[in-house]
Amino acid sequence: MQFNVVDFVPLAVLIPFFGAAFAFAFYRNQATQKAITIGALIITVVLEIVLLSEVWHGGTHAVQLAGWPAPFGISMVIDRFAALMLVVSSIITLAVLLYAVGQGAAEERNDSGPVSIFYPTYLILVAGVSNAFLAGDLFNLYVGFEIFLTASYVLLTLGGGEARIRAGVTYVVVSILSSMLFLITIGLMYAATGTVNLADLALKLTELDLGTQLMLHVMLLVAFGIKAAVFPLAFWLPDSYPTAPAPVTAVFAGLLTKVGIYAMIRTETLLFPGERINTVLMVVAALTMIVGILGALAQADIKRMLSFTLISHIGYLVFGLALSSVIGMAATIYYVAHHITIQTTLFLVTGLIERRAGTSNVDKLGGLARISPVLAILFFLPAMNLAGIPPFSGFVGKLGIIQGGIAENTWITWTLVFASVLTSLLTLLAVVRIWARGFWRKAEDVEKPERILIQKTLAHARAANKRLLPSAMVAPTALLVAMSLAFTVFAGPLMNFSRAAAQDMYERTPYLEAVLGEERVDGVREELVEFTTGYVVDLDTDDDGAAEFAPVRTSLQPEMESDEGGSTSVDVDEQNDPADGGDQ
Amino acid sequence: MTINLTLLIVMGAMLAIGIYLMLERSLTRVLLGIILISNGVNLLILQTAGRSGESPIVRDGLGAEDYLDPLPQALLLTAIVIAFAMVAILLALIYRSWVIARQDEVTDDEEDRRVATTIGAHDPEEDDEVGAETSEFIDSVDPATGAVRAVNPAERNRDADSDAAPGSGAHQAGES
Repeated sequence: MQFNVVDFVPLAVLIPFFGAAFAFAFYRNQATQKAITIGALIITVVLEIVLLSEVWHGGTHAVQLAGWPAPFGISMVIDRFAALMLVVSSIITLAVLLYAVGQGAAEERNDSGPVSIFYPTYLILVAGVSNAFLAGDLFNLYVGFEIFLTASYVLLTLGGGEARIRAGVTYVVVSILSSMLFLITIGLMYAATGTVNLADLALKLTELDLGTQLMLHVMLLVAFGIKAAVFPLAFWLPDSYPTAPAPVTAVFAGLLTKVGIYAMIRTETLLFPGERINTVLMVVAALTMIVGILGALAQADIKRMLSFTLISHIGYLVFGLALSSVIGMAATIYYVAHHITIQTTLFLVTGLIERRAGTSNVDKLGGLARISPVLAILFFLPAMNLAGIPPFSGFVGKLGIIQGGIAENTWITWTLVFASVLTSLLTLLAVVRIWARGFWRKAEDVEKPERILIQKTLAHARAANKRLLPSAMVAPTALLVAMSLAFTVFAGPLMNFSRAAAQDMYERTPYLEAVLGEERVDGVREELVEFTTGYVVDLDTDDDGAAEFAPVRTSLQPEMESDEGGSTSVDVDEQNDPADGGDQ
Repeated sequence: MTINLTLLIVMGAMLAIGIYLMLERSLTRVLLGIILISNGVNLLILQTAGRSGESPIVRDGLGAEDYLDPLPQALLLTAIVIAFAMVAILLALIYRSWVIARQDEVTDDEEDRRVATTIGAHDPEEDDEVGAETSEFIDSVDPATGAVRAVNPAERNRDADSDAAPGSGAHQAGES
């Protein structure tokens, strides 16, 4: 039997799980626990980078668990999009873990209670997220969601203080409700088609009548919409996230809503392609952007403000998803990766600000740029990145999405383009307000400053930095800032990669072939190709500025091996990848 | 597809009552609502198997249509386990909320309330503090610490206004 690295995909879920078990077994020994947790995550990251480079060349790959063939057994599918999400999410979780370890060491107190549950729960969260990214059937997706949601309930209410319990109850009830909705949809889909396998569903759902399809489609979108915090369903997020400890909030804000978006993109492209409800999605996207950012402007607390910008920027992703063009989807994929990194970084920096200044309320902050220039840089770069100032990656992603909107050229996409630019400017306003008040103004100008901010001399203040901002916490944050900058430096190869991923997803045949085998797909290939070319705006890469986007190996072409240009260009990208990984 | 009418009606009733209970402000009722909804959903998944049939072990002389579809039951089992875990964790949260704050209600978010007051949108009927529940358990032994607390209801209500003082005390004691 031939040895294939991609067959080790399930390990991305299993390693964190086993790590969690071992970490739990060693609950008496904090040092061992930490070592196990960090070790498990490092192995996962390495494995996933290997998987990414394999998928970069080889395209979509499916693993049939226990050897049961596709529609009957459980499949795990890794395609370019899933691989990218896996790598980004694992690197993020590793950095946040290091930050949490640093924080634990700095605070020198045993807040773990009778059993240390933070590290094992954290690993279970990672396992759940990986499982959701890799799930090849709807029910496994549901299980993945439940695994990381259960872990998130525990992490959110860590310590069991009053504020956390209050926030936790809302969060848990809302999440359970959305899970129930998801489960109902799975039940209905099974009743309608007799399968829960995503690839199989993709073929069978088209045979249903349009009304049933639409109902299932909307129910699924509502269930994922709650998890992804899309506008009318996002009310729970700003109430629950900010109360958790800084590392927990950071990883929640970065990852959990993005898993919802991932599920939306996956089902939208695979199960319900077409533009039946794109206009509705775009209206929702515009409202999410505008309402979210207006909410952010009303907040005085940095954590709450960031939670609202999180909601608002989910709007960009929904917009990119609703475009149904390769350029829009490519930009969306890039933007998801960028946004995971940037949102996590900002929450970590806010944690640092809170430690240094004793509060995260901008009305009470002042003079931080003078006291700690390092902190100022760590805040400034991701903040500008979030607002989408060139040349940062936020700009690249937004530019791509807006280009997609302009290419489509209808009144609704122009409205959306306008809303995107407006949201970007308002985001800038929101972060600049924090910058101007917290960092730029003098500490003496603050009305009721925290005592810790007023020091006799600058030397005193700088001395306090050493105690309050330990390098074990600053280093992981700086690492993430560097990673977000790497998104700009390697924007070219990454965009190429996203483009290939988007093309794969719109064509659908790579995914279906990987899961169901070629013979099954051959019968419907004509239909699929015709359908896709019919509605995706720019599946042909001949449009403006796409000339350098070398054509990717596509199954739309009659012979796959004939496309030498595509594979060589992927090779060039590949050489950049280790540099990218090393940078992080 | 064949549907069992009894199961369908029971499922509908469970979902309806569950949703009604979830709209309540009392957390215990919300929990009961969640239990009902999750079991209603389980019934729904059970029904997707369609008509009843032979157990799905291959035997000679039986056609594919004679067997029962076993997959929904497999999904159902997983769903039951997950719902069980959810209910357990929610119950723990509700109990903790009761131990700390002595109330069983969904409370308003403080920041929301702050924003509402700054723009003058405070509605006394809707937004006033929910009075803490009076109960015969209040004066008994605190289960978290073992300390005996003796607070008369009038005093306790005043404390509830000033950030639930006895509750936070119990909380600190519980953590140490």
